Amino acid sequence: MLEVKDLHVYYGGIHALKGITLKVPQGRIVTLIGANGAGKTTTLRAISGLVRPKHGSILFFDHELTRMPTYKIIRLGIGVAPEGRRVFPNLTVLENLELGAYNRPPAEFRKDLEWIYSLFPRLRERSKQMAGTLSGGEQQMLALGRALMSRPSLVLLDEPSLGLAPLVVEEVFQTIQSINAQGATILLVEQNAMAALHVAHYAYVLETGRITLEGTGKDLLADERVRKAYLGED
Amino acid sequence: MTATILTQQFINGISLGSLYALVAIGYTMVYGILRLINFAHGDLLMVAAYAAIYAVTLLSLPWQISFPLVMILTGLFGILVDRVAYKPLRDAPRISLLISAIGVSFLLENLAIVLIGGVPKGFPRPDIFARVIDLWGLRIQVLTVYTPILTLVLLMGLLYIVHRTKVGKAMRAASKDFETTRLMGINLDRIIAVTFFLGSSLAAAGGIMWAMKYPQVNPFMGVIPGLKAFIAAVLGGIGNIVGAVVGGFVLGLGEILIVALFPQMAQYRDAFAFAVLILVLLFRPTGIMGEPITDKT
Repeated sequence: MLEVKDLHVYYGGIHALKGITLKVPQGRIVTLIGANGAGKTTTLRAISGLVRPKHGSILFFDHELTRMPTYKIIRLGIGVAPEGRRVFPNLTVLENLELGAYNRPPAEFRKDLEWIYSLFPRLRERSKQMAGTLSGGEQQMLALGRALMSRPSLVLLDEPSLGLAPLVVEEVFQTIQSINAQGATILLVEQNAMAALHVAHYAYVLETGRITLEGTGKDLLADERVRKAYLGED
Repeated sequence: MTATILTQQFINGISLGSLYALVAIGYTMVYGILRLINFAHGDLLMVAAYAAIYAVTLLSLPWQISFPLVMILTGLFGILVDRVAYKPLRDAPRISLLISAIGVSFLLENLAIVLIGGVPKGFPRPDIFARVIDLWGLRIQVLTVYTPILTLVLLMGLLYIVHRTKVGKAMRAASKDFETTRLMGINLDRIIAVTFFLGSSLAAAGGIMWAMKYPQVNPFMGVIPGLKAFIAAVLGGIGNIVGAVVGGFVLGLGEILIVALFPQMAQYRDAFAFAVLILVLLFRPTGIMGEPITDKT
């Protein structure tokens, strides 16, 4: 469904991605793990068109994304929950969700909204509240819900567990699995390698702009190098 | 001073203030989304006033058609200015944008001199606006009453668009975060174009009303009202639409009342406005209704 080939991204003189190749097959949860600054977020930004690669290709079904403006990429059926949640603080929860549904037929809105509210009942309670007043966990749910309001076939999630209490993290990962079970394909970027590998069908390990390891979530969980570097074992 | 005169001056102040408000809205909207003080905004008053003159005299359109038409055309002109002078600079440092805006302002003024000439033109004010009515002993020109009413009607319409429509919600989102707005599948350039359209057509309404109040149209007629409206926008809290209107009313009232109460100060009217600007920037840079000014990612 999504195929990234030999992707190179530069920030000024810094070579941030040095030839990333990865595949996200339909119906799967694929995760990209790695330390801070490894290039995880940059990969997602390149897919969503927020940074332009110098080299390489990104195919989503038959569409080449590397030259497409962001809003058109999104309209192909990609939903993004960006790093740091980035909810619109000056808009209500409901308005944030409405913007997520910007390109959906209005007739579908009610139904989609009910779906999001059933995934995140807290959002229903807070629907009239300014998004800026939500707690971190609630903002993450809103960011997820907003990304899903477009009924995307592919969802890009950037660090959905960042800064959340452990119980909330668990809830977020459960939701990711249930969204996946309902048909959405997911590309998940995470520093929380343990949790990400547990839910992922397939995983890539990113180090300073290169993919150094890949395999099923299970295999990587068992891999000695991964255990040492990312799961905090000696 | 009698109560009648004071009331009369109060109404004049409201009327002048509502003109500032109409123009201030455009400053504040463009600032809200691009963090740009669009110094060419005041010149749109001049563009609209000339356009209205030609629509009425050359095309002999009735004012009921030509004034709304001029609002639409000026709105489109605002989009054009953005496309030509600001859009190529979206990723440039903000100072480049500001310099570009000043350049557009000079360009418009000098183009008007070259194409139309510097001699002031009379504005074909429809007679119905010039009528003087007697209101409880006050003698008031109809225009003075219509101006604030028009301002409030346009403000209501604008607030409806900004708060209730999809485009308006996207505008508010874009005022906080361009990238995430794009990630919603929103064509940001279109949202910015709508912002320029709305702000510029309100400036056109202001320009037409201004030209009816002071029926001498010249290439520099937009400069002073433009600056005053900018002050009003800062006073109200730049980026805040209701604030811009409040700032406009406060400034207009202040100017008129100072002259009314201290006639010997009449020559300092403009100085008063600029003193207000300096005081606001010194002591309350966020203005009356402004939120803390944030830098945008």
